Amino acid sequence: MSLEVVNAGFLALVQDFGRYGLQKYGITNGGPLDEHAYLWANHLLGNHYNASQIEISFGGFSCRFTKKTMIAVCGADLSATLNGQPLGLWQSHYVKSGDELKFVSPKSGLRSYLAVKGGFQIETQLTSCATVVREKLGGLSKTGEKLSDNDCLPFHESKEELNKRVPKKYIPAYGHKINLRFIANQSVTGCKAEVLKQFIGQPFKVTPNIDRMGYRLSGEPIVNKQAGIISQGLALGAIQLPKDGQPIVLMRDRQTMGGYPQLGCVAYLDIPLLAQSMPGTEVSFSSVAISDIEEELRRYKRFFGVNV
Amino acid sequence: MKLLPLSENTVLILFEQEINHSVFQQVTHCTKKIEADLAEYLVDIVPSYASIQILFNITKISLEEFNNLLNQVIKDTTVDVAEDRSTKIIDIPVYYGLEVALDIKHIAASANISVDEVISIHSSVTYDVYAIGFAPGFAYLGNVDKRIAMPRKETPRKKIRQGSLGIADQQTAIYPSDSPGGWQIVGRTPLSMIDYTEEKLTQFEVGDQVKFHSISQSEYIAMGGIL
Repeated sequence: MSLEVVNAGFLALVQDFGRYGLQKYGITNGGPLDEHAYLWANHLLGNHYNASQIEISFGGFSCRFTKKTMIAVCGADLSATLNGQPLGLWQSHYVKSGDELKFVSPKSGLRSYLAVKGGFQIETQLTSCATVVREKLGGLSKTGEKLSDNDCLPFHESKEELNKRVPKKYIPAYGHKINLRFIANQSVTGCKAEVLKQFIGQPFKVTPNIDRMGYRLSGEPIVNKQAGIISQGLALGAIQLPKDGQPIVLMRDRQTMGGYPQLGCVAYLDIPLLAQSMPGTEVSFSSVAISDIEEELRRYKRFFGVNV
Repeated sequence: MKLLPLSENTVLILFEQEINHSVFQQVTHCTKKIEADLAEYLVDIVPSYASIQILFNITKISLEEFNNLLNQVIKDTTVDVAEDRSTKIIDIPVYYGLEVALDIKHIAASANISVDEVISIHSSVTYDVYAIGFAPGFAYLGNVDKRIAMPRKETPRKKIRQGSLGIADQQTAIYPSDSPGGWQIVGRTPLSMIDYTEEKLTQFEVGDQVKFHSISQSEYIAMGGIL
C-alpha cells in the first residue's frame, strides 16, 4: 500500500503520457488533458516524462499516504490541503505516512495533477496505463475504470528532498477569457475562407458539454454549406464543425476518425488552456502559421525530455 | 493527391475525395510505403477511405523535412499501384438467423427480395476494410450491394450486441463490443473483433479484404456465439 484513495470524487484517473501507435486500430491516445501541468509535475520530481500520475477533475478527491515520498501538484487550483493546511501548487512537497491530501472544488481551472516521486507503479496495458473509460482500457484495474474509494496505488518510498517550484513565468493563469492559436484548414475537408471568417470573427463560450473526448463551444452558429466529409483521422486539437454550426475541439480521448468538416487545429501548446476552462469561459481563436509555432513546441518537448 | 500540414506534428495526405476501390488502393499502398520507409518518424498513422493522417515525431525531424520525405515516398508509389494485389482476404463466419439479424426482414421487404437473397447478396461480395475508427476495432467495410444498402435507423438502438453485423448505406461493419448504434442489423459473428490481451489486436487491418460466409445456429454456438 502506498496511496489510499479515501474519496475518489467526481473523476480521478490514472494517466501517463498516453498510448501511441494504435490509432490505426481505432484506439485513442488518452493521456493528460493538460499536458503542460502534467509534465511540470513530473519534472519537479525528476521523474521520467511518462511517469504515471492521477488526473483529478473538479475536486472532491482525497487520499492518504502510507509511505514517505516527495509529491507535486500542478494544474488547477482545486483548493488542495495537506493535513488541513493549504497546499502550494506548482511545487514539490514532502509527505509522510498518514498524511492526508484533499482536493475540494475548483477555484481556477478544472484539472489538477498529482505526481509522486518515481510515479505510481501501475502495470501498463498496450504500452500505457492511461485510463480511457470509453475504451475500457488502462487504469489501475486495466478495464478503463476511474479510481474509486479504497483503491490503492503503489509507489516506491523515497526520502525527503528540497522543495522545488515552477518559475512564476511558466505558471498559467486560467482566466475567464482565453485566446487560442489555431492552424486554419482550407483544404477540401476543411472550410472555405468565408466559413473561417465567421469562426475567427466572434468569441465562443465553453458549454457544460466538455469531457475528455471533446469540448463543445457555443456562439453565433457558423453557416457552412458543406455538410459532411468522407471520414478521416482526427488530430489532437482538431476543431470540427458539425451541422449545427457550433465548433467542437477534440481532446485526448477523442474518437480516431470523424466525418465533419474541420475548421483547423488548435496549437498543441494552447490545448491545456482550453482543458482547464470552465463552462462559460470566453474563447476566441487567432490564426497562426505552423512555422511560427513549430520551434516552440520542439523546445518544450526537449525541455521535458519528451521523445515522441 | 495533396499533402496538407494540419498542425505542428500532424500531416494529412488527401486523395481524390471519392469512396471507391481505386482511390483506396492508393491509400493502402502509400500507407504501407510510409510505414516501411518512414517508421523512425512515425508516431501514429490513420489511413481511411481517401486520406492518410500521420502524427510524426517532431523531436526527430522538422515539418519541412518530413514533408519532403513524405513527398518522395508518395511520388514513388503512384508508379506501381497495379502490382499491389497481394491483399489478404479474411473469412468471417456469420449467423444470419432471425433471432440475431434484427433488421434483415425489413431489408428484404424494402428490397422486395427474400431473406435468403439478402444473405446471399451480403455474403457474396468481397469487401475492402476502408477504415477502422469510431471505437477500437470498429471496421468500416464497403461496398455493400446497392440492392441491400439501407440508411441508418432513425432512432438508434440503445444496445447492440457485440459481434452484430450492421449495414449503413453502402457500408457494413461489425460492432466490436456492446454499444448503442443505428446500423441495420443483418447477422452476428461469433468472432471477437478486438482483444486487448492478444498480440494481434484486431481481426483485420485497413487495406485487408473481408468475405462473410453463412453459418448455422449450431455452428455459431459451437464457435462460442451467444444468442
